[in-house]
Amino acid sequence: MARNSRKGGSVTLRGRAGWLAVAIPGIALPITAYAGSFLEPAGPVAAGQLSHFGVISGLMLIVIVPMFVALPIVLWRYRRGGAGAYRPDWEFNWGLELLIWGVPVALVVALGTALWRQTITGDPYRALGPDPLVVEVVALDWKFLFLYPEQGVATLDLLALPEGRPVTLKLTSGTVMQSFIIPQLAGQIYAMAGMQTQLNLVADRTGDFTGRNTQYNGLGFATQSFTTRVMSPDAFEGWVAATKAQGTALDAAGYAKLLPSSVVNAPVLYSQFTPGLFDQVMAGFAPGMFQHHGHAAMPGHAAMPGPAAMPAPPAPHQGHDHTPEAAQ
Amino acid sequence: MNWELIFGQIKWTSFVFAGMIENPSLSEAIASGAGSIAVLGALATVILLTVKGWWVPLWRDWLTSVDHKKVGIMYIAIALVMFARAVIEAALMRAQQLAATEGAGFLSADHFGQLFSTHGTIMIFFVAMPFITGLMNYVMPLQIGARDVSFPLLNAISLMLTMAGAILIMVSLVVGQFSTGGWSAYPPFTGIEFSPGEGVDYWIWAVSLGSIGSTLTGLNFAVTIYKKRCPGMSLFRMPLFTWTTLCTSILMIFAMAPLTAATIMLALDRYAGFHFFTNGDGGNMMNYANLFWLFGHPEVYILILPAFGVWSEVVATFSAKRIYGYTSLVYATMCIAVLSFAVWLHHFFTMGQSANVNAIFGIATMIIGVPTGVKVYDWLLTMVGGRIRFSTPMLYHINFLLTFILGGMTGVLLANPGVDFQVHNTLFLVAHFHNMIIPGVLFGMFAAVQFWFPKVFGFRLHEGLGRASFWCFAPGFLLAFFPLYWLGMMGATRRTYMWSNPDYVPWLALAMLGAGLILAGFALMVTQIVVSVRQRAQLAAPLGDPWDGRALEWSIPSPPPSWNFAVLPQVSSQDPFYEAKKAGIAYRSPAAYEDIEVPRNTATAPLIGLFACAWAFGLVWHIWWLAIVSFVLIWAVVIARSFATDTEETIPAATVKALNEAFLAAARATPGVTRDREMTSDNKGRAHPEALEGRAGTLASGTAVEAL
Repeated sequence: MARNSRKGGSVTLRGRAGWLAVAIPGIALPITAYAGSFLEPAGPVAAGQLSHFGVISGLMLIVIVPMFVALPIVLWRYRRGGAGAYRPDWEFNWGLELLIWGVPVALVVALGTALWRQTITGDPYRALGPDPLVVEVVALDWKFLFLYPEQGVATLDLLALPEGRPVTLKLTSGTVMQSFIIPQLAGQIYAMAGMQTQLNLVADRTGDFTGRNTQYNGLGFATQSFTTRVMSPDAFEGWVAATKAQGTALDAAGYAKLLPSSVVNAPVLYSQFTPGLFDQVMAGFAPGMFQHHGHAAMPGHAAMPGPAAMPAPPAPHQGHDHTPEAAQ
Repeated sequence: MNWELIFGQIKWTSFVFAGMIENPSLSEAIASGAGSIAVLGALATVILLTVKGWWVPLWRDWLTSVDHKKVGIMYIAIALVMFARAVIEAALMRAQQLAATEGAGFLSADHFGQLFSTHGTIMIFFVAMPFITGLMNYVMPLQIGARDVSFPLLNAISLMLTMAGAILIMVSLVVGQFSTGGWSAYPPFTGIEFSPGEGVDYWIWAVSLGSIGSTLTGLNFAVTIYKKRCPGMSLFRMPLFTWTTLCTSILMIFAMAPLTAATIMLALDRYAGFHFFTNGDGGNMMNYANLFWLFGHPEVYILILPAFGVWSEVVATFSAKRIYGYTSLVYATMCIAVLSFAVWLHHFFTMGQSANVNAIFGIATMIIGVPTGVKVYDWLLTMVGGRIRFSTPMLYHINFLLTFILGGMTGVLLANPGVDFQVHNTLFLVAHFHNMIIPGVLFGMFAAVQFWFPKVFGFRLHEGLGRASFWCFAPGFLLAFFPLYWLGMMGATRRTYMWSNPDYVPWLALAMLGAGLILAGFALMVTQIVVSVRQRAQLAAPLGDPWDGRALEWSIPSPPPSWNFAVLPQVSSQDPFYEAKKAGIAYRSPAAYEDIEVPRNTATAPLIGLFACAWAFGLVWHIWWLAIVSFVLIWAVVIARSFATDTEETIPAATVKALNEAFLAAARATPGVTRDREMTSDNKGRAHPEALEGRAGTLASGTAVEAL
């Protein structure tokens, strides 16, 4: 499986990152501080991003190393009083010219190929398997609301996920633009009012992973983080059942109470929520312009209020083939 | 009495000191302290000017001057003053982040938000921009053998608009709050719904004034380079600094407009209830992101290209050798300028566009790495076959080559959407752009100051203190920013005033140490200038060519007369002054002198700047009468000026001749100093060309030269 090989790659890279940490700043500094970072990936998306980081860094050494080798030699040889021959009018050489243009061009071809591949496979909109768990995310000041339409439960600042099952996060904002990330699982995507973006991920292992907003949005920004709790599928079912059994319902009035800026100290669980709340949040920013929203069918993924988004089909999330490359 | 009619939204609580009285805390004390420094600094300046009787000279010789050289010096003075503020802000933020791991630190979240916003806004718009603009102002007309720019008054107006913006930002230290929206001021956060009050308005109007000034500068410089080159100065004989000035000017013309449009649209949203970028009602902040970065990315190259020009001049001069690959460097610069408009989307890979769009912009970004890589290796090859002198500007250059290339590597990493998804909005990004801007632009400007200072003021800067300053700045930068790469990879977000992760602490401590070294470097630089002024007799180099220079600016006295060139030079090659020295025809008396017309000083520009500042202040505080009156006055000055006919004065040929012949006689009478004596008081600015020295075999490599 591709996923397994990615995992393998991540292990060696972790080793390399650790080595870097020792080599650059000195021995005394911590080298195990990756928790909450893509340096310790817990899923194929973040693992792919880490290994791509390693590939690009490695390729870039082709232009970095010669400079670090050649510059000291040149400085020594051609220092005033040095052994190098003084040629004050020397200004050009075709061989060198071809080299200094040719190597970067060849390198960019290699880098660009790697970039293109990784960008397509790592597209946050690309589904990672059949039957994903859909979670709707509403970014608020300074907390995240998670809605589980399939399970009918909702949470504030806690994203509970089953291990191994693909997850499709649909994001919007009830306030200013935010940038959503769970570094160990997947990279950032913006959440914007009246629009929907998407992030697909899979968790490979259980555990708690920090997620947060990275886009400054006021005084509570520094503490706007949440826990992503990945559980075994059975434990996840148990968590859903327990959540349904207790807690309060989230209706439109309850949502309105979440809108004022606040920091949530402990996660809040809702046993149920008003169906369609996510769509209502989005439609609230464009009265009369949205009939439904569903998956953005427009070429650019971000669904915008306006004519382009209006014919958005109420398609369920299974069909992720809205861009040709995602269907490969 | 309706006070609001007179004072707008200003209340006594708007003053920074009110916060200290109402709600005493260390954070407020720091804010009040900064406000006090601004007030006391202004007061001290007023007292100094009065005591010394400098008001009249300041007005007569400087503020009303339209001489490109004085305009340039004033630009750089603004940049240094603003740098002092913004670098202290940076150190405060570092200290806060280090202190905040065991608690909330000493700055409030709001104060921290204002600090990162003013730091970024000032460093880009009121340090980097005035610095490069000042340098281009001073050097470019001298390099192309011109007596001034094409539109000297417009040049002074650009300066005064920039100064008005800078003053507005300084006023925000004392009256009111600044924006917390960062230097990029993304709506809807900066819209009126989420950021009521004057903060964002300060940002809007300060940046708008600066960007209008820069647009005018771009137009002015591009026309100057196209139209005012001296006879024989074809485009491909222009010094590389002039080439980069041309590219930057073109970028300014096209790139500043989207910024001005974006700030005006944001202002309409805030003042007039428009919905360009609001949530809902048809507004969409994605349009702002596109407009802002349509400016913002070319802006990066607006800043770096003049610095590239400086590096080209520095490396050739201090290697005592022709630049390697001149044509290649020109094409590389132009490639960068054109490509810089094709990559803006990489600032928001995370906005949800399709993978294909992201990939295309990512690859376009990488392609910029090609001409940049070529330039870096051209500079390295310039040293090959040279005789390298490790003077302060050259130290900055060597440091630049090594650190900039690492910044290029992280830039290519960030060009990958998959990597950017992880490190966007983290300290990794912060480390990357500081890695490009500090060793590239800022140190480039510092090198330029060391390099051209003797041209501007007629005496060299103290070399020992210059090197000491470098040895604080360079490791200071590495310590302050390389840990940030790692912190960013560990997930530390930017614009964050506190973290609870103890693993960050050692790295933050290293960065704090670096910030301390940078402050020490700046202190040493100020010391260097003060000491050099005091020792100006020993350091004097009035004959104009202290470094064995290559372009035309070194052929005239230091400081140059207001008309620059007694007789417009005739050029027949690249490096014209170097070739003249080599051929032994430098410092020859011209056949004849003519009267020279120079523009008269005028109060037009400072008045426009003053009223623009008042206009912006009125808009920030909703003091409508002030805004209206100032706006009318701005245009009244413009109209009044259009009736002035006696705008030029004539310098008689006899005056020009007397001064120039005296200079030439002194230059001819003074023996040229070899590069061995460059840093001694023997160096009066008459150089014995290194190239001739080689031929004479005074150095060991003389025989090798014969073989070639």
